[in-house]
Amino acid sequence: MAEPLLRVEKLVRRFGGIIATDNVSLDVAAGELHAIIGPNGAGKTTLISQLTGHLAPNSGSVSLGGRDITHLPAYRRCALGLARSFQITSLLFDFTAADNVALAAQAHAGTSFRFFANARKEKGLRDAAHAALDRVGLLHRADVVVSRLSHGERRELELAVALASKPKLLLLDEPMAGLGVTESQRMVKLLQELRKEVSIVLVEHDMPAVFALADRITVLVYGRVIASGDPAAIRGNDDVKRAYLGDQHVVTHHV
Amino acid sequence: MKAFTVSKAVTALMLAGLVLLPLYSQASGNIFILTLFTRVVILALAAASLNLIMGYGGMMSFGHAAYLGIGGYAVGILAQEGVGSGFIQFPVAIAASALYALVIGALSLRTRGVYFIMITLAFAQMAYYVASGLARYGGDDGLTVYKRSDFSGLINLGNRVQFYYLCLACLFGVIFLIWRIVNSRFGLVVQGLRSNEQRMQAIGFPAKRYQLVCFVISGMMCGLAGALLANNTDFISPAAMYWTRSGDLMVMVILGGMGALFGPVMGAVVYLLLEEFLSQITEYWALIMGPLLLLIVLFGRGGIMGLLGRFNRG
Repeated sequence: MAEPLLRVEKLVRRFGGIIATDNVSLDVAAGELHAIIGPNGAGKTTLISQLTGHLAPNSGSVSLGGRDITHLPAYRRCALGLARSFQITSLLFDFTAADNVALAAQAHAGTSFRFFANARKEKGLRDAAHAALDRVGLLHRADVVVSRLSHGERRELELAVALASKPKLLLLDEPMAGLGVTESQRMVKLLQELRKEVSIVLVEHDMPAVFALADRITVLVYGRVIASGDPAAIRGNDDVKRAYLGDQHVVTHHV
Repeated sequence: MKAFTVSKAVTALMLAGLVLLPLYSQASGNIFILTLFTRVVILALAAASLNLIMGYGGMMSFGHAAYLGIGGYAVGILAQEGVGSGFIQFPVAIAASALYALVIGALSLRTRGVYFIMITLAFAQMAYYVASGLARYGGDDGLTVYKRSDFSGLINLGNRVQFYYLCLACLFGVIFLIWRIVNSRFGLVVQGLRSNEQRMQAIGFPAKRYQLVCFVISGMMCGLAGALLANNTDFISPAAMYWTRSGDLMVMVILGGMGALFGPVMGAVVYLLLEEFLSQITEYWALIMGPLLLLIVLFGRGGIMGLLGRFNRG
């Protein structure tokens, strides 16, 4: 069997008495879009944070392309090809959209201990930034300061920043959070395009979007994996229906 | 795009004033004003170095005066030990500052926010007490520098005008360097870290490394200011690194405009001139100065530079 791109084994994370990640194991194959769903408080963001290195697990391991990255800091994982977007938009708000993306490109284009040349005039970085902005349809807003962008545009910019680091694996933490109907549809379309180029782990509440996009779905409840499989299998799974879709059915179908 | 702005015009006027000041001083025979402005220029240099970490880097150092002392003592101690050459004194002043910055930066940058302010303050106070304990070099009373740094006839620091222009050249040189640095790859990373450290880590930047280097660069620049200061007063004492002096530098930066290239120069000019003139009017000049600073900071976000910037939109 081919080595999966991302392998998570028996990951455990406790906060005091609460087990936020309870013995989670999952594999993400190269080229796959793997969705992680679960009700609020299921530990999805906690899991993502352990994958990106923002949070250390109590036990278990994470490996990327066969290399153990459990104890690497966030910036090292990024260098190995792991990029993330944040559930709550996290950008450089006083920088322009292009600057945000160019910095991500800069992180992967040689050393940043250069003190004299004007980085905003480096053609390679600017071109990479513009290409990534174009990819998400934000090129016309390149020189706008982030604090003046709309919420939807910021979500797209998060994606452009992640793309600019040319990742092998993209971890998207609720990219659709807070988006309106048309914005959501645009985002789904965008993700459908992107998945052809890069493997994606998608954490999302928007059920129609998840079922439209995912190759495989892992369902998390109280930090534990209760089911994992293709969308059809998850749709038919009784545990999942009871634990998750049952409660949230009404809500998700409003979207 | 925007060729003319009020803040640019005022900055240009101020710089022209600084360059032409010795001419006025000589024409009018007012020597005092040259002495005053030499101090202004040196402290502007110190404030500019603080602006690099505080305004651009978001590192609120409350111990920046330590470098003034270290730079000053490097000159004073070497002079007393018979090493009078500025070509040795100045590099030693800068190197000692770099070393101090490296050590306290590595320790302080483990903390954030208020703790960072407190720990930089604590280190500077330690430096203050160490200097007070240097019995051989005057201890509490300080150390008189009997002979100014000797630059082998290249420039005579004993000459007021030459010394003033040396200080001004150092100020302009440092501001030029800061301008290049903040627009470089390195500078963008440091400013990105000020804006959002979590995001910068996520796109692959190890935060502390960049902040530490920035902290050291700033310390070296301020060490240069310290070396000049000891030459200006022919004297160095622990008071140069007392915490109120660190506070003065912070006020200059905030008053002028944090993260504005010429903000600290503006801040230093306004702050020190106000101090000078108000103290001539009344003994209780701080009572007038305090509310005045408060008003500028309250109504002028971004300090004086921020206020001036508003004229264009108004």
